[in-house]
Amino acid sequence: MSVIVTDTGFTTEDWTAGFIPLADLPANDAAPAIAVDLASDSDPAALAGRLQDIDMIRVDFPSFADGRGFTIAKRLRQMGFQGRLRARGHVISDQYAMARRVGFDEVEISEELAARQPEAEWLFRADWQANDYQARLRA
Amino acid sequence: MYKYNDFDEAFIRARTAQFRKQVERRVAGNLTEDEFKPLRLMNGLYLQLHAYMLRVAIPYGTLNARQMRQLAYIADKWDRGYGHFTTRQNIQFNWPRLTDVPDMLDALADVEMHANQTSGNTIRNVTSDHFAGAAVDEIEDPRPVAELLRQWSTDHPEFQFLGRKFKIAVGASEHDRAVLKAHDLAVRIVRNDAGETGYEILVGGGLGRTPMIGKVLHPFLPREDLLPYVEAVLTVYNTLGRRDNKYKARIKITVHENGIDTIRALVDEQFALIRPTFSGYDQELLEEIRAHFPEPDYVKAPLDAFETAYENDPVFRSWADTNLSAHTNPDYAIATISLKKHGQTPGDATSEQMRVMADLAEAFAHDELRISHEQNVILPHVHKSHLPAIHARLKAVGLATANIGLVSDIIACPGMDYCALATARSIPVAQQIATRFDELKLEHEIGELKIKISGCINACGHHHMGHIGILGLDRAGVENYQITLGGDGSENAAIGERAGPGFAYDEIVPAIERLVLGYLDLRESPEETFLQAYRRLGAEPFKAVLYPEAKTKNAA
Repeated sequence: MSVIVTDTGFTTEDWTAGFIPLADLPANDAAPAIAVDLASDSDPAALAGRLQDIDMIRVDFPSFADGRGFTIAKRLRQMGFQGRLRARGHVISDQYAMARRVGFDEVEISEELAARQPEAEWLFRADWQANDYQARLRA
Repeated sequence: MYKYNDFDEAFIRARTAQFRKQVERRVAGNLTEDEFKPLRLMNGLYLQLHAYMLRVAIPYGTLNARQMRQLAYIADKWDRGYGHFTTRQNIQFNWPRLTDVPDMLDALADVEMHANQTSGNTIRNVTSDHFAGAAVDEIEDPRPVAELLRQWSTDHPEFQFLGRKFKIAVGASEHDRAVLKAHDLAVRIVRNDAGETGYEILVGGGLGRTPMIGKVLHPFLPREDLLPYVEAVLTVYNTLGRRDNKYKARIKITVHENGIDTIRALVDEQFALIRPTFSGYDQELLEEIRAHFPEPDYVKAPLDAFETAYENDPVFRSWADTNLSAHTNPDYAIATISLKKHGQTPGDATSEQMRVMADLAEAFAHDELRISHEQNVILPHVHKSHLPAIHARLKAVGLATANIGLVSDIIACPGMDYCALATARSIPVAQQIATRFDELKLEHEIGELKIKISGCINACGHHHMGHIGILGLDRAGVENYQITLGGDGSENAAIGERAGPGFAYDEIVPAIERLVLGYLDLRESPEETFLQAYRRLGAEPFKAVLYPEAKTKNAA
């Protein structure tokens, strides 16, 4: 089971409708709840015009060193996506503030990673709104 | 000088506290070495050949006496009593212990300094003209813009895990002293025909194994668009830049492979989305920052002391002729302190030397010091009457070498003496060249000549941009040095061309000597510099003096 990290710490998965890859989106138009998986090399422009039909987007981080997901999240929010946005994979607690600042709501990590980087380490970075140069420059 | 506000202070304290925890978590095993690596790098901590190395940012090369003294204190308390000033306006401490680094970062924060983003695949320390605020040819002081970019890039959540490092430089002069065209992105403050000030944006410059000259991405960007435009460039780079091969990951390759026009179109598209997220506070902030960089409170005093020393003391005269540059105030000079004493490691300063430079800045130079990309220290605002006293104090600690811009004012990377990536030694080659030309007593006759040495293909020593460049390689376990000719790091930026086969370690200094003596024979007049002679004559006559055997063979 994956661990979901939010500002209040660790929680369990509550999304039950499953995730579909971007390529399968057209075939699932009629589904009552839609969650899409995006790879780290996806172009968010592929979702233009579809965002209001999507409940959740999950962006993959194959490695914590692959920072493309941060830009993908920012662009999805710029395009007007207001649904749930999740970073999934190898994200470390030191990146939690970055993930929140670019528009992710939550992070999904493996049990193994959660064991090595316990809840307290994530909570230490949960004050992501503090000391944010970007928020200050755009005030 | 910029002064931290409450926000900057809170930020840097939180940042050092985070790093202290990261070190603890690494020691406890909660962070793997792979995970810890980018975290330590974004806090300036490298693992070198023999030890850790802490690279401290000196944003746009500016610091005051108190900060310079703190660097001396850090060198004494946690290192071996010296530091190394680098080509990107940083200082490196070569021997810190991992567990001491959090304390070193706290000591830096105490004087409004940091090691943020001096390494790693992120936006690096923003550099600028070391004569900023004093240069006769500048449109305005470029440092407020550099500071604005420093704040914008600091901990930018989107750009801490880029495909590769990203270097930004800012200039505002006709004469480029910041090697703008060798940066991933350069901001040139320019004025148009209507008298308005804006920014020329260059992108895709860089050295390393594929040297490229930056290309114009925007000829005249309105001032209020700077941050959203630069952010748009980074957004495009972060998603389009290659991640499959680290040698093809810099934006110069992205620009090269996609073409500047495609990049421009993509940037414009992102810019349209990003621009509305800036409401104009960044421009207010720029005005606030500007207020921190006023003109010095100039002294009005007689110049007799300077003139008397200049007439009567030939050593002082030589130093004044070589190491001083024109200041906007005619009673003032810009004084460059050479960290290139013949036989010394280029860019190194002892803690004692740092303290003397700090004292001089405080007593005689409006409390300002600069670090140049050429690895020297500058007193940017000196009333000329103080110069004899400054020279005397410098002489006492081995800092009065009169060689700025000359053959011994060499840029050299740390090379195999320190660096884990190096394939050859750089420092001893620089030392031997300097010592040799000092023996020949020809340095002043040779005139302006920039030699730059890199100990591997990554080109930290800017060899591509040297009038004479030296690249140290490993050929089957033996050091081999290639020479490039005709490089230029100025506004006329050019990449040097390889002269021919490389030279062994014990052949490189004699080869440089042949080359430089050959130039003396080739030049039209003492006024014609090496680079001018090279441009007039082309490579052939220089190759002929470098490889005399080949010439004989051809003749036979």
